Amino acid sequence: MKIVVCVKQVPDTKGGVKFNPDGTLDRGAMLTIMNPDDKAGLEAALRLKDQYGAEVTVVTMGLPKAEEVLREAMAMGADKGILVTDRVLGGADTWATSQTLAGAIRNLEYDLIITGRQAIDGDTAQVGPQISEHLGIPVISYAQKIQIEGDSVIVERQYDDRYHVLKAKMPCLITALAELNEPRYMTPGGIFDAYNAEITVWGRANLVDVEDSNLGLKGSPTQIAKASDKVRKGAGEKVNLDPTESVEYIIDKLKVKHVI
Amino acid sequence: MNIQDYKGVFVFAQQVDNVLSGIALELVGKGKDLAKDLGTEVTAVLVGSDVKGLADELAEYGADKVIVVDDPELKEYRTEPYAHALASVINEFKPEIFLVGATAIGRDLGPRVSARIHTGLTADCTQLDIGDFPINPIPGKEQLHNQLLMTRPAFGGNTIATIACPDFRPQMATVRPGVMQKASREAGRKAVVVEFNPGFTPNDKYVEILEVVKAVSDVADIMDAKILVSGGRGVGSPENFKILEDLAEVIGGTVSCSRAVVDAGWKPKDLQVGQTGKTVRPNVYFAIGISGAIQHVAGMEEADIIIAINKDDTAPIFDVADYGIVGDLNKIVPALTERLKAELAAK
Repeated sequence: MKIVVCVKQVPDTKGGVKFNPDGTLDRGAMLTIMNPDDKAGLEAALRLKDQYGAEVTVVTMGLPKAEEVLREAMAMGADKGILVTDRVLGGADTWATSQTLAGAIRNLEYDLIITGRQAIDGDTAQVGPQISEHLGIPVISYAQKIQIEGDSVIVERQYDDRYHVLKAKMPCLITALAELNEPRYMTPGGIFDAYNAEITVWGRANLVDVEDSNLGLKGSPTQIAKASDKVRKGAGEKVNLDPTESVEYIIDKLKVKHVI
Repeated sequence: MNIQDYKGVFVFAQQVDNVLSGIALELVGKGKDLAKDLGTEVTAVLVGSDVKGLADELAEYGADKVIVVDDPELKEYRTEPYAHALASVINEFKPEIFLVGATAIGRDLGPRVSARIHTGLTADCTQLDIGDFPINPIPGKEQLHNQLLMTRPAFGGNTIATIACPDFRPQMATVRPGVMQKASREAGRKAVVVEFNPGFTPNDKYVEILEVVKAVSDVADIMDAKILVSGGRGVGSPENFKILEDLAEVIGGTVSCSRAVVDAGWKPKDLQVGQTGKTVRPNVYFAIGISGAIQHVAGMEEADIIIAINKDDTAPIFDVADYGIVGDLNKIVPALTERLKAELAAK
């Protein structure tokens, strides 16, 4: 079985976000990580590899620096890493990104494609389903459990108040939730091997069946009209009292606001 | 594509088990506002099996027209037949705006449809306006009018961005549930109902549903609650949520929680507030033992009154709380419950 996993290198938003004086994001000042949902997708692929035997190829699109997440993935157990990087791919929205990744994946054999549900920088959850549409294969989003049965995949797909057990014929694309699993750590031997491993680097010329008009900033239907730091309502009062006084304080506020 | 051919505001009227989801009515309400600004109408697109009866409800909440796509293949949500339904409606009726709820269904369906018809899609919008693009005139660039300006949080809620889709139609957005207001219901109001079936022929893209497992949940929807008593990892254990449940019962509230609590397996996902959970705007939000990660705050900062109890006086939740109490929740919460009991009994 051949599995392709799409991963993204993202700023670690948990550590707070840093801005340049002009209001744009200061990416250089922020730590980067492998996107958590993607890491869960990679772990799911590695577990299928452990269970059924599979070749796991990790694909990322980004700046040359994004090679770091490919090495991390290989240190965890992925077999191959492919970096898709090219100046003309920059500024892509989800349409152009999914076109790019689909164009790269068309070079590969695959039974399964696994992506994270969403990246913590964009939070769109769009690229996975859009890749599946470009490739003409079924998608199962929000996977919380994955099994293989013959030429099909059986997935528990999460909704707000239920889950569906779905069966899809492979090839199929699955988007993974961070809740799916607890990703494994890199092994020392894996880190050593990954450091020396060959990373395949592809540019525009390697993308199959994609028009220039669908790539990068120019190929992006959505355009940013305005971006700004979020204005939040400020902090209110803060008190540090003993428990009894704290209770009286809350009761008083609930009365003032006519809650009770 | 001739952009002038695209007219009207369409919204996807999500239903589950033949009951309209709250987001359907919220989108009709918002769609009506946008349609008014554009001098056009709002059309609800109802997709399912045996769902025609829901058209009247959509009309009473403001839909001018309802397009019904009714087919047995559409009984339970599946990506492919639903995407085929919406893409066919868009190709046939050519709307200028198409809104979908940012639900577990809509966030799967929206991208598939936008990729099929080649247009832009803006995710998880929290504000929609009609305006100019570029917002301010730029020399040498035509300023387009009557564009949909879609505003959404990004970078974990740290920034907000406003997005336009000037060259493609329809302008598509998924909209976060609980943010837009539904219009007040006008009993007896009618809409034009159009039935449309593009034909559904199963192929390899149709996944098979082996089983539908409904979460056994008798808890109220946290998005409807007027008072939420919300707990985080600081509550310490699933058992200790009892003190929150007692408080909720006395004050007439509902218990909710942070993502950490769901990840730890203490509470089910449908009680989770935040960016990957639900957006809530109750009258009162108690944040108990919740540190206030930005992803959590994004889901509750619109509450009228936020009361935070946390032993760590540097917790970021205090930056958004109206009333912050630094202290031990294990002492304060039970005492508050008892005090409230006495207070309410005296009334």
